[in-house]
Amino acid sequence: MSAIPLLKIDNLHVRFPIRAGLLQRTVGEVQAVNGVSFEVNKGEAFGIVGESGCGKTTIARAILRLVNATEGEISYNGENITAFDRHQLTPFRRKVQAIFQDPFSSLNPRKTTKDIIGEPLRVHKLAQGAGIEQRINELLELCELPARFAELYPHEMSGGQRQRVGIARALAMEPEMIVCDEAVSALDVSIQAQIINLLERLRKELGLTYVFIGHDLSVVRHLCNRVAVMYLGRIMEIADAEPLFKEPCHPYTRALLDAVPNPDPAVEAGREVEPLQGEVPNPSNPPPGCVFHTRCPVAVDQCRHSVPRLQNTAHNQAAACWLAQPSVNSSSLNKEYVNV
Amino acid sequence: MTLLSVKNLAIDLARGTDKHRLVSDASWQLDAGETLAIVGESGSGKSLTALAVMGLLADELAAAEGEILLDGVDLLQATQDELRALRGPQMAMVFQEPMTSLNPVKTIGYQLTEGVRHHLGYSAKQAKARALELLDQVGISDATQRLKQYPHQLSGGMRQRVMIAIALACKPKLILADEPTTALDVTIQAQILTLMSRLCREHGVGLVLITHNLGIVARHARRVVVMYGGRVVEEADAIQLYREPRHPYTQGLLASVPRMDSNRETELQPIAGAPPDPFDVIGGCRFNPRCRYVSDQCRAESPVLEDAADHSVACWNWFDVAKGLAIPQESESA
Repeated sequence: MSAIPLLKIDNLHVRFPIRAGLLQRTVGEVQAVNGVSFEVNKGEAFGIVGESGCGKTTIARAILRLVNATEGEISYNGENITAFDRHQLTPFRRKVQAIFQDPFSSLNPRKTTKDIIGEPLRVHKLAQGAGIEQRINELLELCELPARFAELYPHEMSGGQRQRVGIARALAMEPEMIVCDEAVSALDVSIQAQIINLLERLRKELGLTYVFIGHDLSVVRHLCNRVAVMYLGRIMEIADAEPLFKEPCHPYTRALLDAVPNPDPAVEAGREVEPLQGEVPNPSNPPPGCVFHTRCPVAVDQCRHSVPRLQNTAHNQAAACWLAQPSVNSSSLNKEYVNV
Repeated sequence: MTLLSVKNLAIDLARGTDKHRLVSDASWQLDAGETLAIVGESGSGKSLTALAVMGLLADELAAAEGEILLDGVDLLQATQDELRALRGPQMAMVFQEPMTSLNPVKTIGYQLTEGVRHHLGYSAKQAKARALELLDQVGISDATQRLKQYPHQLSGGMRQRVMIAIALACKPKLILADEPTTALDVTIQAQILTLMSRLCREHGVGLVLITHNLGIVARHARRVVVMYGGRVVEEADAIQLYREPRHPYTQGLLASVPRMDSNRETELQPIAGAPPDPFDVIGGCRFNPRCRYVSDQCRAESPVLEDAADHSVACWNWFDVAKGLAIPQESESA
């Protein structure tokens, strides 16, 4: 492990005001992200999973500085980016790129592929003159698109091809890190696999780091080596992908895993699944204590009034649950995951 | 006993003087009380098939050939009035987007009782009692309060529960559910599908579940129809289909999805290319431009759905493909 993680999020809070009435006075606030901390090392693929309203997209936007942190710190390469001004942001934004869910609404419909990929090259002066075209062709090839696609408009391409253009545009900046917000969710099954493989190949070949936001657990498990499970603005569990999905410690992680059907009827026939009851509470009025207690099948009294902190349960695995058992092997605990 | 039988269904789109065939030669059957899944990607014709069953195809679309028999009655020959009388007491539909398919300016109570009052002649009081009973069945609490609410006051999961309650209201024999949980979170998805499966089982309702999610199919369906480019390419018992997929497309789909129990290091095997646009003219088998096992025959002639021992497949080379004897062609770039 290197000394400084590429991305370090420390006790991040993001709150949005709720305004109402004629004067748009603030009448309350939504705690979109509530005391989240994690680290992403160079070359890692870090996954964030959770249901709507859990704050995963807000974290992505906070990393990209598209929303501002209310509290806490986001450090990139040891520098606190929450304090960056406009001049510092420009080079930062080149290093950290984003890929969005819907490749149709995130590409300008009036521009051809050539212009979409070429614009950031010109703005950041990464190529000039004939070099621009050469670079565009390189990028198309890298994303497995034929060169003739340079002349096409987004509506002339299929969803998968558009997503490849979105990836090529992100790569044009020669980024170190890419934030992928539901990057494969809108695609057909057979195309989704193509894009997953492409993302994986690019990470290996270019040494990229991903923060991958998703709701499809099997995709996240496949792509990411570390995963945080979020619920109502908080991290419920964080661990390496393999143990997280094999031996989940938090009841919410377990419930999520139960909810995902395996594409194998023979396995499903032998599986007794009791789906999680109830729905995600309103984030502007979260329940006291553990935010998950209203739906938790094993909640006890303690869960209803005190908030559990993230605690290591095994090496590199931590869960925010009063009932999660720390592993016997506590000497190997890694304290940095424990929340402040 | 066969409840619904779709035979050689073809659906045409009329554009000016042009006719375009979007679905051709689709055939499958659903037994009473059984759950059948139709799987396919965008443009495969799975939703169109469901709309054709319900008699809800848009004006420029028409079921041009074939027959759809519901309990022996050919729905394609039925008049609009006859269809209206069947929708509700005989068949019902649950759509993907509960926000757009519920009427935003009518109360939940009105929408729940409309069917039973119109079709079954219930009095206002009887209808209300039925509505309360239905809300209870779909697991909605405070039923009396809910009847007075409007769709926007409910969450997505609640709205879908209401949709299911409306579908069940007149005790139909058949429910068609078109991507009923695609817009919902995974835990809510599991709740809704488990609920729908249980209710259909308890009330002996035949369920056609249209989805692109192979996991959902594995958990909830007994029989599976795989559609591609407007054609049925494979039909079989779910366990049989997943164990021995015979069509290269079905094989490709299964190899494309990451599984929770697979080795994370194994690379996914995507299908090259993209699903065809319904307007693309493709000679022979619709899948041939993406198929690893394509032969000259596939480019020239369209294979018909061969009925072989309860496992039908439309592929010239299915035997070799299923048994792993077929030799993949050098893949061309996408």
